[in-house]
Amino acid sequence: MEKSEIKGFIAKRVAKELKDGDVVNLGIGLPTLVPHYLPEGIHVILQSENGIIGTGAKPTEEEAEPKYKTDAGGQPAQAAPFGCYIDSATSFGFIRGGHVNATILGGLEVDQEGSLSNWIIPGKKMPGMGGAMDLLVGAKEVIVAMEHTAKGNPKILKKCTLPYTAVHCVSKIITEMCVLEVTPDGLVMTEINPEFTVDDVKAATAADFTVASDLKDMTA
Amino acid sequence: MNNKVISLEEAVAMIPDGATIMFGGFLGCGSAHHIINALAESGKKNFTIIGNDCGMAQGPCGIEYYGVSRLVHNHQVARVIATHVGMTPDVGTQGMVEKTLQVDLVPQGSLAEMIRAGGAGLGGVLTPTGVGTIVEDSPLCLGKQTIDGREYLLMKPVHADVAIVNAHMIDTFGNMWYKGTTRNFNPMMATAADLVIAEADNLVEIGDIAPENVHTSGACINYIVDGGKL
Repeated sequence: MEKSEIKGFIAKRVAKELKDGDVVNLGIGLPTLVPHYLPEGIHVILQSENGIIGTGAKPTEEEAEPKYKTDAGGQPAQAAPFGCYIDSATSFGFIRGGHVNATILGGLEVDQEGSLSNWIIPGKKMPGMGGAMDLLVGAKEVIVAMEHTAKGNPKILKKCTLPYTAVHCVSKIITEMCVLEVTPDGLVMTEINPEFTVDDVKAATAADFTVASDLKDMTA
Repeated sequence: MNNKVISLEEAVAMIPDGATIMFGGFLGCGSAHHIINALAESGKKNFTIIGNDCGMAQGPCGIEYYGVSRLVHNHQVARVIATHVGMTPDVGTQGMVEKTLQVDLVPQGSLAEMIRAGGAGLGGVLTPTGVGTIVEDSPLCLGKQTIDGREYLLMKPVHADVAIVNAHMIDTFGNMWYKGTTRNFNPMMATAADLVIAEADNLVEIGDIAPENVHTSGACINYIVDGGKL
């Protein structure tokens, strides 16, 4: 697979996870591509943790009010006609309270216990956790959407080495190579990209995982 | 009733060196930019600032040092309590390289509730967020409790000397109406400080905001600055 195709490929597979009417929070980067790939007839309610339930289409240059209406990355955004604007306590009550069906976000490291690290590289970068810790704890389903490796190094590990964003929170890991489900018995590979073999995935993964007996084609 | 409307200069004069100040806003959206800029020009310093973030070094419409990033850039801040500071590289430089700035990062939902608790007379917040992470080591975390089999962190309530809040429409009593996503931390902060100063983008008359549409009661607001256009 060409490097330029990877993000779209992952986003397209992630889109199949969402059900009509789901309330979804998207992290920055790759996750924001997911809505473009939603199957016909599937509409989701997007939530922006800075204060929108029901985020609408990206405003045009004429519509944009960058000093009044933004998303959680500070970029122009707006509520959909059915949406609303809320304060941060209400927004995170909504998140922690289990009203968000799924959050989709990237990771620096994920481990076989379903713990995720994606907010700090000690001594190098301290951007802060923002809303990520609350989203991981509160969303019913946590989908990590990321490239399988970083510069050839595994990102899926036995145990994260970077400080955790949250522990035992991830439901599913979707990469360009495979789909891994986090179960009480550890990671299970349920789908694979036919461009790769199980051995390819094993070589690119530092975590233990089992292969589902009915392993499926993730492009099907 | 007393006239609450004061000038920018009067507002700045009320804020002493070393004050603990809450600033509403999310990456500058919903921040009291005129008061912040006047505070930056005042040269006052050693502030502890509390807010979601530290604004943006590069704001919208080509604005440099948008929101409280201007105070950090001017070295007027000794301590930051925030959830995300990635858009203001000065925080990383002063915090990790120069080591002149104390930075306490807490989860966004926790900070919102900690401020709400500070303004609502509560002794803390029990949240599952941050369990098993380095938030447990934060000076703002008082420990862990298990309730019905689930672990929670006990986070301190947060109160400030001054809260600087902003709304698109504020009447002369101080009733506030927020536009778009400017609401964010402003309503909680308006309840959680000894002195609350609100900056109006549009100062209106009492009655212009119907009682049903008041987002923050003017009873929480001590003073109002007619900020004007952003």
